[in-house]
Amino acid sequence: MLTLADAVRDVSYRDTNPTEVIFILLGLVAIGSAVLVVTTRNVVRAALWLVVTLAAAAGSYLMLAAEFVAWVQVLIYVGAVVVLLLFGIMLTKAPIGREQGLDGENRIAGAIVALAAAGTLVTLMVDAFRNQYVDLNGGAAATTAKTGEALFQAYVLPFEVVSVLLLAALIGSIVLSRQDDEGVR
Amino acid sequence: MADNAWIIPALPLASFFVILFLGKRMPGKGAYVGIAAIAASLVVAIGIVIQVVSHSGDTPFVRERAYDLVNFGAGHWTLGMKIDGLAAFMLLVVCTVSLLVQIYSTGYMHGDKRYTFFFAILSLFTTGMLIVTVADNLLLMLVGWEIMGVCSYFLIGHYWEEEPNSNAAIKAFLTTRVGDVGFMLGVITLYWGAGSFKFTDIIEKAEAHQITSGMIVAGTLLIFCGAIGKSAQFPLHTWLPDAMAGPTPVSALIHAATMVASGIYLVARLYPVFELSSAALNLMGVLAAITMVGAACMALVQDDIKKVLAYSTVSQLAYMTGALSVGGYTAGFFHLFTHAAFKGLLFLGAGSVIHAVGTNNMSEMGGLRKYMPRTHLTYLIGCLALAGFPLFAAFWSKDEILFDAWNAAHWGTAEEGVLTNPGVGKLVFVAAVVTALMTAFYTTRMYCLTFRGKYRGTAHPHESPLSITGPLMVLAVPAALAGFLNSPWTTTAHSNFGSWIRFGGAPHAAHLDPTMVVFSVVTGLTGIAVGYLVYGAGMPSRDPTLNMGFATTLFENRFYVDAFYLRAIVRPVRVQVAAASYWINQNILDAPPNLAAKGGVVAGELAYSFDQNAIDGVVNGSGRVASIFGRGLRLLQNGNVQAYATGMFAGVVALAVIFAAR
Amino acid sequence: MHLVYPLALASLLFSIGMYGVLARRNAVLVLMSIEIMLNAVNINFVAFNAYWQDNLLQGQIFALFVITVAAAEVGVGLAIVLLIFRNRESIDIDALHELGDSAAPPRALTTTRPDAEPQLEHRG
Repeated sequence: MLTLADAVRDVSYRDTNPTEVIFILLGLVAIGSAVLVVTTRNVVRAALWLVVTLAAAAGSYLMLAAEFVAWVQVLIYVGAVVVLLLFGIMLTKAPIGREQGLDGENRIAGAIVALAAAGTLVTLMVDAFRNQYVDLNGGAAATTAKTGEALFQAYVLPFEVVSVLLLAALIGSIVLSRQDDEGVR
Repeated sequence: MADNAWIIPALPLASFFVILFLGKRMPGKGAYVGIAAIAASLVVAIGIVIQVVSHSGDTPFVRERAYDLVNFGAGHWTLGMKIDGLAAFMLLVVCTVSLLVQIYSTGYMHGDKRYTFFFAILSLFTTGMLIVTVADNLLLMLVGWEIMGVCSYFLIGHYWEEEPNSNAAIKAFLTTRVGDVGFMLGVITLYWGAGSFKFTDIIEKAEAHQITSGMIVAGTLLIFCGAIGKSAQFPLHTWLPDAMAGPTPVSALIHAATMVASGIYLVARLYPVFELSSAALNLMGVLAAITMVGAACMALVQDDIKKVLAYSTVSQLAYMTGALSVGGYTAGFFHLFTHAAFKGLLFLGAGSVIHAVGTNNMSEMGGLRKYMPRTHLTYLIGCLALAGFPLFAAFWSKDEILFDAWNAAHWGTAEEGVLTNPGVGKLVFVAAVVTALMTAFYTTRMYCLTFRGKYRGTAHPHESPLSITGPLMVLAVPAALAGFLNSPWTTTAHSNFGSWIRFGGAPHAAHLDPTMVVFSVVTGLTGIAVGYLVYGAGMPSRDPTLNMGFATTLFENRFYVDAFYLRAIVRPVRVQVAAASYWINQNILDAPPNLAAKGGVVAGELAYSFDQNAIDGVVNGSGRVASIFGRGLRLLQNGNVQAYATGMFAGVVALAVIFAAR
Repeated sequence: MHLVYPLALASLLFSIGMYGVLARRNAVLVLMSIEIMLNAVNINFVAFNAYWQDNLLQGQIFALFVITVAAAEVGVGLAIVLLIFRNRESIDIDALHELGDSAAPPRALTTTRPDAEPQLEHRG
């Protein structure tokens, strides 16, 4: 079974091109900020580090020739979701600033499981796709036009369903978060 | 007639059952049934005797009939009879005496509360004796033998309410039983040697030397043990004097004529085999000599009239044994024949006297000849016969015994084929002479103390009824005259007692040796004379027999033989052996069942505890384990969602690893 | 580009997000960690889409849908968190253990609860 080191070593028989370098840098940024999200003691700072993570992910999409997905990521995730999370932090009166004991009782078990998962997954991936390469110069380039075509032709049904889903989620969250001072549930 | 001799034992047997079940309701309370049965048997017996007597020819009269009962491979047991001269005359004796005793008992036992049972047992006893008489094989004889033993127990213990009487019955039974052990062993030995129980086969094989001499000696010695027991020879003689505790008719029947004679009869039946065993003959002679003298001594000092007669019987039986031991087959059996007559007479007469005066003790009698003439006359005849007075019955038989002993002692002409040691012969002869002297003396003493002199008692003596005196008169005839059956002057070579009962060879004439006549007459008359001198006028002021100092004490204590048995045998058995048997029974024999029971209890407790603890424990334990697991697993549900999620993710990772590793 | 890079990135991000879901006490932080996980999945989709050079762009479309659903889910999730906050004045996940079992041993099943029967009788 190959280790990561072997995988890294194997790579050297093809030249590392700039795309890969940038991608690796972006990946490091993503990982670093994700780690900070899950370990920082400040809730607001965790949210801001999440922004960095999401942005790095968007950059990764760009590197993988998925521009529409990248921009949608920025738009929705970074723009809406993080804002939503910040609102949630504010509304639940999470303490702004450092606080003790943000990590729950479960953190040791969680760490173990997470490390195990990491080890397993990475080893699997490296072992399985050791010799695989993504050809970014072929017709894989997915322009927005192409994405739009696929979306509204082949995937129009799931598209509509997702719309209904969004509607349901919207109504649901309104209903859930409504103040029940009328006494009606 | 001899072919139908089986009727003879069958009739009293039938009457036994009839009397037992129906006797109480019959007129005469069952006595007449018994008397009728035995009378019919007597008729048949007389017929057989006539047949024997009228049989002519060089071979003796023999009739055998057998019915196969059990066939057990190696041999078979037959129900059979052998009627020869010996059996015929024995039948005559038994039936006659039995009949007379039963008639006598109707008078003597009148009013007794166990009258019917008494007659039933009398019939059964007679059956037993008759079976012994006619049996053609040892096993059947043994059956009759044992019947007699049991019946004698019942009859001697007739007045069992008094403890001495029941003790006497037990003593009689046990003492004869000791002899019976030897008898049974002897039967087995002879069967082993000859391959058959039948007398004829055993005798044939023995004479043909097909049985080893060792087996013959062993067999005869052991069979003689039975005779020692039943015929009250030393050392098993102790029961007979004590058996006088029974009613007098019983004494007359059992101890004069029949049961005690059965031992002699047994030896006579197997005499050809005994003749081949010098060891048996010698032993017989020695024991006979000891017994006859010892018993005569003891008879000298008795006060009880029945005891005198009892010791006299023992002594006379020793005479018969002594005769058989020196080759005197005819002499011995002839003496049995005459003895049955006069001793039966004497016992019945004594019974008549006791019935009249109410006591057995001669010291309280005397002068009874004035009051009981018929009894007196018949009793006198019996006494003369016993004492060996010339021409009366016993004179002839005693004479012949002396003759045979004389010859066996090699003082006369020794007979061929008599294997007795001459020393034993001499011993027997001397003993016989001494005993004859003493017999005459104590008989005279007994007669004088009872019938002569003045009456010393307190009762009102009177003559007994005819039912009692009738048999006395009947018996007086053979007591007086039976001797002539074997005298040379009244018989021929073919028709004398000896020829009739012979078992082999040609008939021979009876004879009377002059030398022996001298001995007999001299001893007899001397004894009578001395006795008459001392006691003729009744009881003397000082009874010399009771004042012989050491001798008197010795005789009165029966030579301390009884005391010895009591100390050496009875007490140890009763105390130590019984205790030991009890201990063995309780601790050893009962140990397995007790242990099994204890084991069962322990096993039960084990099973219970096993069930309670192990099996229920398993069941309870499984429940407890489940609850422990539950309690443990319950703690996983801590409500923390993240913990659940952790478990979920961990499982997924594990699955991924498993699938990847495959 | 070596396919391993995006995949390794996705795996690591996923694990980090997993850790956050399992270990963080604040419910909002848990939601954030869920977003990280979803992003990792998206990276995976897009990478494979580039690898297969799919005409239908399945990977990307799916990634779009994931983003949409994630957004909806965050909305609803936050609404629930708000409710919890209203009930308890805190969103400490460790405090939400009503469904859990206490360490005390359970009552025996065979004993009758004294308040059970009377209620039934009263209803009749």
